[in-house]
Amino acid sequence: MKEMNIKITVNDKEYSLPVIEGEMLSDLLRERLRLTGTKIGCNESECGACTVVIDGEPVLSCSYPAVKARGKKITTIEGLAKNVGENGNSYLVLHPLQDAFIQYGAVQCGFCIPGQIMTSYALLEKNPNPEIKDIKYALKDTLCRCAGYPSIIGAIRAASESITSGKPPISPVIQTSRIGKRIVGQISHRPDAIAKVTGKAIYSDDIQFEGMLHARVKRAMVPAGILTELDISEALALPGVQAVLTAKDVPNAKTHGLFIKDWPVLVDTGEQIRYVGDAIAVVAADTREIASEAIDLIKFRFEPLPVVSSAVQAHLPVTRKIHESGNLLKHIKVQKGIVSEGFNEADLILEHTFHTNPNDHAFIEPECSIARLTDEGRMEIYVGSQIPYSDREQVAAVLGLPENQVRIIGQLIGGGFGGKEDIAGQIHAAMLTMKTKKPVKLLFDRQESLIVHPKRHATQINIKVGAKNDGQLVAVQTELHGDTGAYASLGEKVMTRATTHSSGPYEVPHVNIDCYAMYTNNPPAGAFRGFGVMQSAFAVESMMDTLAEALKLDPIELRKKNALRVGSVTNTGQVLKDSVGLLECIEKVENALHEKAGPNPFVPVPDPDDPTIVRAWGFAVAYKNTGLGGGAPDKAGAEIELLPDGRFEVRSASAELGQGLPTVLQLIASEELGQGTQQVQVLLSDTDLTPDGGPTTASRQTYVTGNAVKYTSKAMRDLLTSELAERYDVSPEKIEFKEGLAQIDRQEVQLSTISQNLRKDGITPKASYTYWAPETKPLGQGGDMHVAFSFAAQAALVEVNTITGEVKVPEVIVANDVGFAINPLGLKGQVEGGIVMGIGHALVEDFILEEGRVITDRLAKYRIPSIYYTPEITSFLVEHPTADGPYGAKGIGEICLIPTIPAITNAIYNAIGVRVDKLPVDQEKLVSELQKHKQFA
Amino acid sequence: MTIWKDYQLAYSLSEAVEAYNQAEKPVRFVSGGTDLLLEIQQGSHPTMKTLIDLNHIGEMRELKMVGEQIFIGAAVPVSQITNSPLIKKHAMAVAEATGLIGGPQVRNSATLGGNVAHALPAADGMISLVAMDATAITYSHSGYSKKKILELFLGPGESALANDEILVGFEFSIKKSGEGSAFNRVMRPQGVALPILNHAVWLRRKDHVIEDIRISFGPSGPVPTRAMLVEEIFRGNKLTAETILRAKETILETVKFRTSRMRATAEYRYHLAQALLEKVVKIAWNRAGETE
Repeated sequence: MKEMNIKITVNDKEYSLPVIEGEMLSDLLRERLRLTGTKIGCNESECGACTVVIDGEPVLSCSYPAVKARGKKITTIEGLAKNVGENGNSYLVLHPLQDAFIQYGAVQCGFCIPGQIMTSYALLEKNPNPEIKDIKYALKDTLCRCAGYPSIIGAIRAASESITSGKPPISPVIQTSRIGKRIVGQISHRPDAIAKVTGKAIYSDDIQFEGMLHARVKRAMVPAGILTELDISEALALPGVQAVLTAKDVPNAKTHGLFIKDWPVLVDTGEQIRYVGDAIAVVAADTREIASEAIDLIKFRFEPLPVVSSAVQAHLPVTRKIHESGNLLKHIKVQKGIVSEGFNEADLILEHTFHTNPNDHAFIEPECSIARLTDEGRMEIYVGSQIPYSDREQVAAVLGLPENQVRIIGQLIGGGFGGKEDIAGQIHAAMLTMKTKKPVKLLFDRQESLIVHPKRHATQINIKVGAKNDGQLVAVQTELHGDTGAYASLGEKVMTRATTHSSGPYEVPHVNIDCYAMYTNNPPAGAFRGFGVMQSAFAVESMMDTLAEALKLDPIELRKKNALRVGSVTNTGQVLKDSVGLLECIEKVENALHEKAGPNPFVPVPDPDDPTIVRAWGFAVAYKNTGLGGGAPDKAGAEIELLPDGRFEVRSASAELGQGLPTVLQLIASEELGQGTQQVQVLLSDTDLTPDGGPTTASRQTYVTGNAVKYTSKAMRDLLTSELAERYDVSPEKIEFKEGLAQIDRQEVQLSTISQNLRKDGITPKASYTYWAPETKPLGQGGDMHVAFSFAAQAALVEVNTITGEVKVPEVIVANDVGFAINPLGLKGQVEGGIVMGIGHALVEDFILEEGRVITDRLAKYRIPSIYYTPEITSFLVEHPTADGPYGAKGIGEICLIPTIPAITNAIYNAIGVRVDKLPVDQEKLVSELQKHKQFA
Repeated sequence: MTIWKDYQLAYSLSEAVEAYNQAEKPVRFVSGGTDLLLEIQQGSHPTMKTLIDLNHIGEMRELKMVGEQIFIGAAVPVSQITNSPLIKKHAMAVAEATGLIGGPQVRNSATLGGNVAHALPAADGMISLVAMDATAITYSHSGYSKKKILELFLGPGESALANDEILVGFEFSIKKSGEGSAFNRVMRPQGVALPILNHAVWLRRKDHVIEDIRISFGPSGPVPTRAMLVEEIFRGNKLTAETILRAKETILETVKFRTSRMRATAEYRYHLAQALLEKVVKIAWNRAGETE
């Protein structure tokens, strides 16, 4: 019964491999066969990214012992596409599923895609014609955080038809821009799509270097205390351990941070532990197992300190100070008019307090950094980062190196959503490489990811609104407490956005807002899609429905009456000059809603077959700034080179998290340079090769880097035109650029020839441009705080089980004003994903903390929406161009998520009369409230 | 520090027991391993020197009718049980329960043996087997033996199996005319991925009367039990609104539910148990009435 080797067949190839202790099938595939298309998202059988097909059945390879696969036939993502044709003339034929996933835009960050496709493949092999319910059943535990579920369902159905008919998958019908041009505004597939559906796409953890060490971090795992003793001797003595570093080994700057550098690289003895994820020591060892063993051998003692566990508690004068500067990170204030006068004018005043919980980004790809020294002694870091230049600055500061001695080589990112803006393992890996001179990989496991990186801010929002009897808002006063956790991260910025958006997308004459961003001993809170606005929209949109009911007004009419429009003045004193499509968004959703649900969509309707099920619609609107704003210089650099092969390469150090930035930049450059998209390639996120595109945050990349590429394209065109005009002695007006060539008067010259000729003469055909977004004003100074706002309206249908309290969202109607839809396929993915994430935040996701300790420290505990939560989505594009956006475009990445949550909670109120004022919706609480109602009825 | 040092595949029961006795300790049997391996990986179960995999033992992979009994091998992946026409015909409660264990991929590895041996008070498969009044067949150095399913548990997470005792499979009676079963559960989307409440019913009707019934709820108490006093309310009675009302009252009086933090309060569980009972008994009743 004991055999020495594992004989298996993988993708029709036979292998005989020696047995390795404790090896899972995923390790065998990834490490030994280098089939890195099989991904590890959670390593706990929850996410499905590691799905492979064993003898026809989809199985999770991360928890399947490799030995158990003995004698079995395994198919991985690499085995689906077939190479056809002779040597040298062979080409790749995609499986219909792979083809359909690309066409339907089901591929975004791409990290979960191998698992999605393999699970779907196994389904179609057994059931070639699945219904939607079969697809949902089969894919229930194959999670996609970009939540391309609607597109995934569409793709599987198209592939199924294709397999049955033998014809290529039928392309989907996608709404394109109303004002589209030759290239921008039209459907285009992602440049990285083929790599992502075939398993060829490389993410940080897929990279290996000769002699690479593996790092692990010793975390405090206690939320508050003083580190008194630290003993690393046993860990150092463990065979295979190459280095153990503590705070004493930090070469230069002791702290890091995006703006405020208050986050210790490592906590030193005598210093404070401020949260469970604080790093005490870092280890590099020959294998990950040895490194893990070593961190268990590191012993430390600490003197416990009282835990500060909420923003409100942190604000009390008696509460212990977590930082020397106190617990108040920032007091943010908005004032317009005189709020007391506003309330004096009001016919009705309502007040309520709302609570929102922390959320985790739960990107399927956990954080991974690899550091290595080049032969010249420069530090290179391979990492999927949202802000490569900030990584470079922070790593260099800690290592004490000039910034040009550090190079960040950005990798594909398996989802970010704001959670990959802060430093994760970049600095620790680099320190270990400095010490050992060897490449070091620092991969977070899911538990570490959940514990360490910044979360969404938990908030308490008290809101008081005053209105006239006709619904006219006259005053809004809010007080917010935001829990920014142990370190600042982007807390101040996030809570500023929460503050300025907390009176909603309405014109209100009198506004007074106070917001307190507070330090606590919880994990830090920072950027997360929606950036504070999600929280305040939940409060204000709930209040709008309450107000409508009290005034006996239609909730949609109430919003229309107060909606921001061109010429309105926001609560920060910004006069909106253009691009305010809110009313059109509301009307689009309203019309569709009445068409679907008749004149009274907000009235509860019991299910005729099961009266315990009640349905009703809910409505909400939102707005969200595009760009950094608030006086921050908002710029992006881009560079374009005409390569010797006649193709253009666009370069910018902006990050692609799956949102589709390379497509957007490719489309813009193609449009401007007269090319087809095949003629333009995009290189991102390499601090040596690409100019700084600024942070990928604040829904800013399409606008800011998009503009940078647009202007760079123009500069490129001008450069080529002037060179050609001189060489061919024609006037510049007679030069035009077309697919792959320049038309010079009546002569056509290949771009490759032009590029090569210029290079012969010592000229590199390269242009660059730094785009500065229009100047904005800091909060408190009036004027333009932001360059643009996106707007949205949503209606959600809920189905409440009045016995169990369970809530479903079968349908959502949405309209988003995006200015101009440059990349409609990518836009569709963002909208669908935002809605599903919104459903997740409303109904599923709860990052539970208890006295600073993380209860939901596994993906099995921090649940995110599965394909089961996919609603039917009716989506409208609204395009009110903004003057300075590229072709009028503004951001979409965040707005799509924001109104979903209050639309759902408003619908729950309409269905059963229970007002949800604390997220997420608690089904047990719905039931107990319903029972209370019955008692009083 | 790997999860195991030696992972052995056993091809017969005697080979497995022999391997167990000769193995470098600590040693454990494993079938699907979908819970065990994770627990070891996450540090909630000690690492093992040897794991003996039971998935290749022919009789543990069988799912068949033997005379008046249905036999389900303990190493049959639960997805096969869910989709088996035999199980759908004779034990819908088991088909429904196994269809809800884990996720689709997990169900291709997870086994009913593991679900029961894990001895969690709310294991879906186990709760359905309790309503089916299943008998467990085990094997050890002293040969085969049989135990009633409820005799398998000592406490939460603690089974009554001896260390070298293998759970071979389960048997229960085939469906006879007038019999039917059903399973249902309620989850909570947030937090721990365990059911708040699960519930299975088997019954036999004769004309308009429930002649016999078996009812199980999970999680209720440290070990699985049957709601005997609730069963008594139904037995020999018609399925009327009044019977259901009395049965619901009896749940409050005789079934133990407790509050588990971050999952559910006892009050909510009682409320759900009452609602589920009515629903599930009616489904089982209708199924029992379906003519062959």
